[in-house]
Amino acid sequence: MSATLPVNLKYTASHEWIRSESDGTISIGITEHAQELLGDMVFVETPAVGRKLKANEECAVVESVKAASDVYAPVSGVVTAVNGDLDSTPEAINTDPYAAWMYRMKPDNPADVAALMDASAYQAHVDSEAH
Amino acid sequence: MSSLKQTPLNAAHRAMGAKMVDFGGWDMPVNYGSQIDEHHQVRNDCGMFDVSHMRVVDIKGNGVRSFLRYLLANNVEKLALPGKALYSCMLLDNGGVIDDLIVYFMNDDWFRIVVNAGTAEKDIAWMRRQASKHAPQLSINDHPELAMIAVQGPNARAKVWQVLPDTQSKTEGLQIFQAADCGEYFIARTGYTGEEGFEIVLPGTHAEALWRALNKAGVAPIGLGARDTLRLEAGMNLYGQDMDETINPLEAGLAWTVDLKSERDFIGKAALLAHPPARKLVGLVLQDKGVLRGHQQVHTAHGAGEITSGSFSPTLEKSIALARVPKDVQVGDTVQVAIRDKMLAAKVVKYPFARNGKSLLSL
Repeated sequence: MSATLPVNLKYTASHEWIRSESDGTISIGITEHAQELLGDMVFVETPAVGRKLKANEECAVVESVKAASDVYAPVSGVVTAVNGDLDSTPEAINTDPYAAWMYRMKPDNPADVAALMDASAYQAHVDSEAH
Repeated sequence: MSSLKQTPLNAAHRAMGAKMVDFGGWDMPVNYGSQIDEHHQVRNDCGMFDVSHMRVVDIKGNGVRSFLRYLLANNVEKLALPGKALYSCMLLDNGGVIDDLIVYFMNDDWFRIVVNAGTAEKDIAWMRRQASKHAPQLSINDHPELAMIAVQGPNARAKVWQVLPDTQSKTEGLQIFQAADCGEYFIARTGYTGEEGFEIVLPGTHAEALWRALNKAGVAPIGLGARDTLRLEAGMNLYGQDMDETINPLEAGLAWTVDLKSERDFIGKAALLAHPPARKLVGLVLQDKGVLRGHQQVHTAHGAGEITSGSFSPTLEKSIALARVPKDVQVGDTVQVAIRDKMLAAKVVKYPFARNGKSLLSL
């Protein structure tokens, strides 16, 4: 397990990371811990651009050799972009999870993003799930 | 965690960085790093698997062969050479599969059977119940104190001979599906990967030393994750997924293991003859993007079916599956598989999908 989590990101209890971009959108991916649990990635299904998402809605799927796992919207908003590179290189989620963003969205309410877990809160959450 | 059963290699797995999972009540390694790398390692070189959770059952006594002729769906009369092995199902009276197993002919008074871990207790109870009725003179003893290490891949046998040189003279002449009793090591030219190799039964007390010696000789440890993708590519059934007590072998792609031709009676035979199969097991290769998984529904021109085992095939770099479908579905047909909210196209193919390092499909 990785020792240090990027402190510039926000996190969810369902193991997504969230990065705030300069244009007001957010990028979403899955954490080092999540990819470690799932193992070798072989397929990523991303939401359609323009889709309206509610917080905690299932909107993407990552599939490893072992299992399929849902990815949830961290906040409510609209999908603005998806990372098409992951179609051909899903293993980027394993090798560099914090660079391998899956989709971007424009949050309805930027305060929702600020209210998400920071790195230390997420680390405590991961530790609590370990037993 | 403490309630899980452990093999004699548990500490070695942890020391080698294994990710451990609860596998049917056993604390077993699912992978040591990348599962896909482990898969290729076996197809291209060799790797070793801890299969000590499987159970060795020895049946001894006068008349053991005729008892097994009745107990098993495949015919042990095929076993003429000492050490020869046969893959067979053991059936209920209604034809449902109690377990699939490998039976070895040791000598006229001794046959050895290797059964699955999760079914071992019910298998032994069934064997004893049948023996009490038909061959009470036999002794049926299982050996949980024995460990089992499978070494598989094109270089597997050479590595075993390098580590256990004294066994080479007895094992280099083995046919496929034949075993040799080499004192403390019982070495069979069998496996669950579609590659060359040996499965080595040995005292649990010796297992870690052999495991470490093989590793030192360059044999990589392989987890249950890659074991599953290797066996799926090789078109080998997994008990509990591809068949169980509710499925008969003719609907599980195992007709080749059932001897219905000879006059011999065996448990389940009458049921198999009375109920010709309406379904069959076929291979699927997904044409669209995604991953086939067990229990996904399959829609065909001849009715509905279901995937029994599915995954991503590292050798084909596509998703593959075994599926139980109506018997009129043919190789070359295109079927639809329901994956979440989509229907994706898959092609019906003959399996195995890959063996001996290579894809067997021309797509």
